[in-house]
Amino acid sequence: MDLQCIDTDFLIIGGGTAGCWAALSFREHSNARVLIAEKADIKRSGCLAAGVNALNAYIAPGKKPQDYVDYARTDAEGIVRGDLLLTMAEGLNRAVEKLEKLGLTILKDEQGQYVTRGWRNIKINGENIKPILAKAVLAQENITVLNRVNVFEYIVKDNHILGAYAIDIDKPILYVISAKAVLCATGGASGLYKPNHPGFSRHKLWYPPFNTGAGLAMGIRAGAEMTTLEMRFIALRCKDTIAPTGTLAQGVGAKQINSAGEVYETKYGLTTSQRLHGTVMENLNGRGPCYLQTIGITKEQETDLIKAYLNMAPSQSLRWLESGKGPSVQNVEIEGTEPYITGGHTAAGYWVNTNRETTVRALFAAGDAAGGCPQKYVTGAMVEGEIAAKAAIKYMDKKTPALNTDEAIKQLPKGSNVSFTVDDLEKEMQAIMDEHAGGIGTSYRFSEASLKIANEKIQELEALSKHISATDMQEFVYILELKERLTLCRSLIAHLSAKKETECYINSRLENGKISIILRPLVGEGEIYEH
Amino acid sequence: MSIEIRQELCTACGRCTQICPGSLIKLKEKKAVILHPERCWGCASCLKECPAQAIALFLGEDMGGLGARMTVRKEGTLLHWTVTKPDSSVQTITTNSRDANKY
Ligand SMILES: Cc1cc2nc3c(=O)[nH]c(=O)nc-3n(C[C@H](O)[C@H](O)[C@H](O)COP(=O)(O)OP(=O)(O)OC[C@H]3O[C@@H](n4cnc5c(N)ncnc54)[C@H](O)[C@@H]3O)c2cc1C
Ligand code: SF4
Ligand code: SF4
Repeated sequence: MDLQCIDTDFLIIGGGTAGCWAALSFREHSNARVLIAEKADIKRSGCLAAGVNALNAYIAPGKKPQDYVDYARTDAEGIVRGDLLLTMAEGLNRAVEKLEKLGLTILKDEQGQYVTRGWRNIKINGENIKPILAKAVLAQENITVLNRVNVFEYIVKDNHILGAYAIDIDKPILYVISAKAVLCATGGASGLYKPNHPGFSRHKLWYPPFNTGAGLAMGIRAGAEMTTLEMRFIALRCKDTIAPTGTLAQGVGAKQINSAGEVYETKYGLTTSQRLHGTVMENLNGRGPCYLQTIGITKEQETDLIKAYLNMAPSQSLRWLESGKGPSVQNVEIEGTEPYITGGHTAAGYWVNTNRETTVRALFAAGDAAGGCPQKYVTGAMVEGEIAAKAAIKYMDKKTPALNTDEAIKQLPKGSNVSFTVDDLEKEMQAIMDEHAGGIGTSYRFSEASLKIANEKIQELEALSKHISATDMQEFVYILELKERLTLCRSLIAHLSAKKETECYINSRLENGKISIILRPLVGEGEIYEH
Repeated sequence: MSIEIRQELCTACGRCTQICPGSLIKLKEKKAVILHPERCWGCASCLKECPAQAIALFLGEDMGGLGARMTVRKEGTLLHWTVTKPDSSVQTITTNSRDANKY
């Protein structure tokens, strides 16, 4: 393998929503060097690849950032970081305006005001949102983008980050990247649990199968503190295509009905988690399958829906078109997905201070990788990227510890050879999580005893995973991804097993190979949290 | 859920190999191939990127797919999505990136 050493000032790992926005913000405020290392191509990588439906985080006229904080806090039953939510909410509308200037189509009324769905949501054409972001980044000459480079380990000394190791996806190149500050913007994690379709369509997930939790796993291994991983995100989605349901429920007012045609959503409540809970309960009580009642919508609405889904989840439109049965003549069946870890929806992720710096010095986290600040979605991920980028500037002038590349190369994690395939172990891991740690197969339930089994079995797999070898770079990446998921599974199980008596955050940190649980008191808005 | 590459249309430009968020497509003997079709997310990025409409999206049988294929042709701000069913019937729907979703 060839070795390339790269020196930069601000390393951004993951050129998704938060990463691209962080690069742009950093450029606005500093002339220091910035480098994005992205495992795919920033034009179509991460959550935004297929497009999105709406901007879910916005503050409509008449509402205040505090209203957003209150809403997110209620939804998460109080376990949120007020400081993070407020600083995020304060930047949302600015991010929207900038996105529009970059070329995003946003629906407006005759007075030129954004058309909102509720008070937090604006309607857009989100198909090309990622190409728009990428174009803005590439237009800046002094942002370097390394596409198709997979980062797999931090370089940390005395709890201060010095850079990261990465490999090229196509060519046998190992990169040792040194930086004065690093942003982890690798998104959340899917693929920990058995998916809805374990066979050929096993990657037909809601959350991108390529967001493997790399940044979270690297952080766990480096001893960074994590928070609230037990708050998994389970989505209610269109059956089979795992396409979003909000467009049907809120967009055309489709109600959730059971197999007897009874509207059950009013019985359980209308928050995201209540909608899912209701569906699980109806199924458990023999009243499934469940549907969104779309029969009776007009043909015009149907055509608009097909177009809307083409812009974000084209498989659902393909489903309607190939069956010849659109939503006006057939209700849309719904189901719960496997659980994901994503800080953009729940509060799971890195434990950060108000500036989005993690407990490892000079390492920042933003977007789905950062915890404590749920319901951030696209625009919130951008704001977090901006906050982190501005805060990282303080490390540019400081005399920071420099990376000794020779030493770094010596410390590289080594592989060895034997004979399980990544696919075998991945399936095994997903089956364990499904059965013992609350996946679809158990209607998301688990017990103390089942979590204990899960923990033991995951650790056995971790041991086995040390013995897989790769024949090319792509396979090497698959091995790394499996290990990332296993690392994250172990932390997740520890969080699910943790008990607390008072209102607090459940955090964790890997110490001497063991995960220790730390309970921390709640932090409110207006407070500045320092580690 | 996956894609199919019609090799006779592929000009080996390599754009799909660069764009796939999962790096699933490679060039082999001057043709694009998907090595692990079961790893496809169905995001349609490669369809939109292919200048020759050589890539088609389909729904796997395990998720109730009925065999239709969908391709995309880009024209300025327009995307023309064409679905061809096994009985050879064809339907095209056009979206425009200047039009916002109504829902
Ligand atoms: C299907 C879907 C639909 C959504 N719809 C909406 C919506 O309509 N409205 C809304 O507001 N929000 C929506 N969201 C949520 C929103 O898109 C996310 O919360 C947000 O984009 C997360 O941004 P991020 O930067 O954290 O992650 P991403 O944008 O996913 O970026 C992570 C990046 O890191 C890269 N990466 C991962 N691992 C590595 C590695 N090891 N080395 C290098 N690079 C790596 C990935 O390739 C990716 O580019 C949706 C999410 C999904 C998944
Ligand atoms: S549809 Fe998306 S995930 Fe599948 S091959 Fe094409 S670009 Fe890759
Ligand atoms: S983008 Fe189309 S033409 Fe170009 S290599 Fe891929 S399949 Fe072939």
